[in-house]
Amino acid sequence: MSDLIQIAQETILAPVGLVEQDLDRMLGELTGSGVDAADLYFQSSRLESWVLEDGIIKEGAHNIEQGAGIRVISGEKTGFAYSDELQLPTLQEAARAARAITRGGADQSVRIAGMPMPKQLYAPINPLPSLSEIEKIDLLRRVDNEARQQDSRVKQVIVSLVGAHDVVLVAAIDGTLNADIRPLIRLNVHVIVEQGSRREQGSSGGGARENFDYFLHEERALGYAREAVRQALVNLEAVDAPAGAMPVVLGPGWPGVLLHEAVGHGLEGDFNRKGTSAFSGRMGEQVAATCCTVVDDGTLPGRRGSLNIDDEGTPSQNTVLIENGILKGYMQDKHNARLMKVDSTGNGRRESYAHLPMPRMTNTYMLPGEHVPEEIIASVDKGLYAVNFGGGQVDITSGRFVFSASEAYLIENGKVTRPVKGATLIGNGPEAMTKVSMVGNDLKLDAGVGVCGKEGQSVPVGVGQPTLKVDELIVGGTEQ
Amino acid sequence: MEKRKAELQQLINDLLGEAKRQGASAAEAAVSSDAGLSLTVRMGETETIEHTRDNGLGVTVYFGQRKGSASTSDLSPQAIKETVEAACNFARYTSEDPCSGLADADLMATNLPDLQLYHPWKQSVEQAIDLAICCETAARELDPRIINSEGATLNSHNGLQVYGNTHGFIGGYPSSRHSLSCAVVGKQDDSMQRDYWYTLSRQGDQLESPEHVGEVAAQRTIARLKARQIPTQQAPVVFQADVAVGLLRSFIGAIRGSALYRKASFLLDHLGKPIFPAFVEIHEEPHLPMGLASASYDSEGVATHRRDFIRNGVLESYVLDSYAARKLGMQTTGNAGGVRNLRINSGELDRVGLLKKMDRGLLVTELMGQGVNMVTGDYSRGVAGFWVENGVVQYPVEEITIAGNLRDMMLGLQEVGTDLETRSSVQTGSWLIDKMMIAGE
Repeated sequence: MSDLIQIAQETILAPVGLVEQDLDRMLGELTGSGVDAADLYFQSSRLESWVLEDGIIKEGAHNIEQGAGIRVISGEKTGFAYSDELQLPTLQEAARAARAITRGGADQSVRIAGMPMPKQLYAPINPLPSLSEIEKIDLLRRVDNEARQQDSRVKQVIVSLVGAHDVVLVAAIDGTLNADIRPLIRLNVHVIVEQGSRREQGSSGGGARENFDYFLHEERALGYAREAVRQALVNLEAVDAPAGAMPVVLGPGWPGVLLHEAVGHGLEGDFNRKGTSAFSGRMGEQVAATCCTVVDDGTLPGRRGSLNIDDEGTPSQNTVLIENGILKGYMQDKHNARLMKVDSTGNGRRESYAHLPMPRMTNTYMLPGEHVPEEIIASVDKGLYAVNFGGGQVDITSGRFVFSASEAYLIENGKVTRPVKGATLIGNGPEAMTKVSMVGNDLKLDAGVGVCGKEGQSVPVGVGQPTLKVDELIVGGTEQ
Repeated sequence: MEKRKAELQQLINDLLGEAKRQGASAAEAAVSSDAGLSLTVRMGETETIEHTRDNGLGVTVYFGQRKGSASTSDLSPQAIKETVEAACNFARYTSEDPCSGLADADLMATNLPDLQLYHPWKQSVEQAIDLAICCETAARELDPRIINSEGATLNSHNGLQVYGNTHGFIGGYPSSRHSLSCAVVGKQDDSMQRDYWYTLSRQGDQLESPEHVGEVAAQRTIARLKARQIPTQQAPVVFQADVAVGLLRSFIGAIRGSALYRKASFLLDHLGKPIFPAFVEIHEEPHLPMGLASASYDSEGVATHRRDFIRNGVLESYVLDSYAARKLGMQTTGNAGGVRNLRINSGELDRVGLLKKMDRGLLVTELMGQGVNMVTGDYSRGVAGFWVENGVVQYPVEEITIAGNLRDMMLGLQEVGTDLETRSSVQTGSWLIDKMMIAGE
């Protein structure tokens, strides 16, 4: 049995008097004719957050989340119940409720067994005590100070620090028994600058599956402060953004939110099984320009979107989604994989025990090409160079997606000229990807602040890309 | 429910006592307990049945002007003890903040009328499945171009909220919320589109009929097929009522105390100034019986009242809780936790009338993305909708954006339709706005 399973059992089961045989017995009660799959998901999380605002430590908060989710699947039907009480009778009641999805059937015996652990992508640590309270406060104050020192036009600084220690244990009637201990930290800086009557904002941040001292290394946290101020000051100079169709050069790293929206969601297994995605039934077809290779990789060490195992106990993978423009793979959880007669790709994720797992992205990025970034910008006569973004959104059925630039510049005659105000960019996923004409050699992943929402469930994700050029996207500015 | 309410009130009282024992000078706590059923049918078959059961407890303690908070989904005595301790521990490290603390004691609600928010919907799982299937079937059978479905979902939830603080205030009430939604996919040639419709109410028997929900979902989907782009241009825009709700929410976000004291709003220092045309009135009515956002006290225990935010187009009041009020040197408006049943007055025209008045322009039925900058008011969103000529819908449009500034959009409001969106705590008819920049091909 792996250490992680043992730690998870000690953290979650032992305090409430449950042992591994209780899981065997509960799973046994979930089996029977018509049941294709069933699992138990135990979770115990502690989350801590600190907020500095107006130069003072304004908020400190602690959150406990603990419970178990029980799922039973028959064909395409899923029964689900959960409880925040981990007492056996309560769990059995939840199991009966989930089990009601199928009628009849006799109980069978289930024997779960720990699986060999894949390579550990992050240490099984609890980041919350990794810095003392005094050190955390000191960190926030130094970030605040750094931001204010940059420029006298900085009027407001908000710094937040969040850490989570998440312990999960999964057991399923297919014999799966697996566990994971997932540290997650994040630091964000938001500044408001003022010049005359004009005010603008900037924000930056980062995170990882690490201890809090991650932010102390290489002056990371102070770097976020400088970056937030830099962005805000650029925006003070920004003129109205152009409106209409034009070439768009996207910077490296976080602008990879393009891939997340334009292709990522559309390649999740559930939509493709149901045939509701613009990419449905297009496996093996050319869906992007040949310079595009896109992967979803949950195996990057320490990354925000990385997972040792997904929330169904499957080790995460590096899945090729698009290779040289050809659609190669979907992201799958166990349920959709079984119905589509393929293997899970380790993308079965859930927000918590109180939510059903579904196919979700981990770290989604485009592999580098051969162009130097300057060459890409020089190739554009008149267009937009967008380097920072807020969020995005996609309608997977029509393929339409948007993402909103928070820092962008005009390109005129092959040169980056004036900064322009934030604008929403809109395109159609399968179409936009065929218009990618140049891919840079400067692959960069984001700093670790991504959150993806799907059907009301939020999970941490990563994105990345090299500098790339899309020959035409609609830029939603105000200047004709 | 009465018994459970008494239990939760006792839990709050014990917890406040424990916080005091641990040295807190003041404390407040809220607990909620919800149970429900959420089920989805797809292609005529049950897809998921979820039995939900959510508990949550949040406590904030004050040691003088220092504050600490903690929350838990686990209501076991052990977890509650850990939570109170954690909150008290955090309060040792946060800073003295002269504005922090409970709302003033003399503002606590003393009259807690029954606002009739609790209407459990007695139906079996089988009946609920039948209802959802009936809804989805109506959608799938409306038109042969409906080729696929994301299903119909029925939600039925009952909950109990209790809030108390060391002023001696304790309030609690049960509530219910039921909804039925349907989303289908249509296809014509190589154009594939999805759309949805839903109905929502405190009372199960006040929901729209399942057939109606399904038919509207299908009609909305069919109407979008073969959507095209339009050229980049400036034109008037009608925001259909369900998306106009978002504009009203942006306005509220800009007059919220937390945005104002942070100087993170495009409506700083606008109190007493016209920010809408003179015909606009916006108010909230927190005591509406069965209202989706009704409550007789806010999330600090402060009594709620009917309140005007906009009169004759002029900003009359901000949206404040006690903290933001102290930061701004003002009085709380009883809006901790948000506005309650906000409404903008309608004019004379229904949606058809609004389109006639617009004559030529864009009808927006869907907004995409988060392109709203609350600091500057700059607004740039992806949209889908319909192109209108001679006051009549011509064809569906998509993959375009609209942009402008919220301040200009609010001043440029020409008319609010009578087609009131009632499924939201923020209610409005459609908005006709004089002009916006449309980016397209």
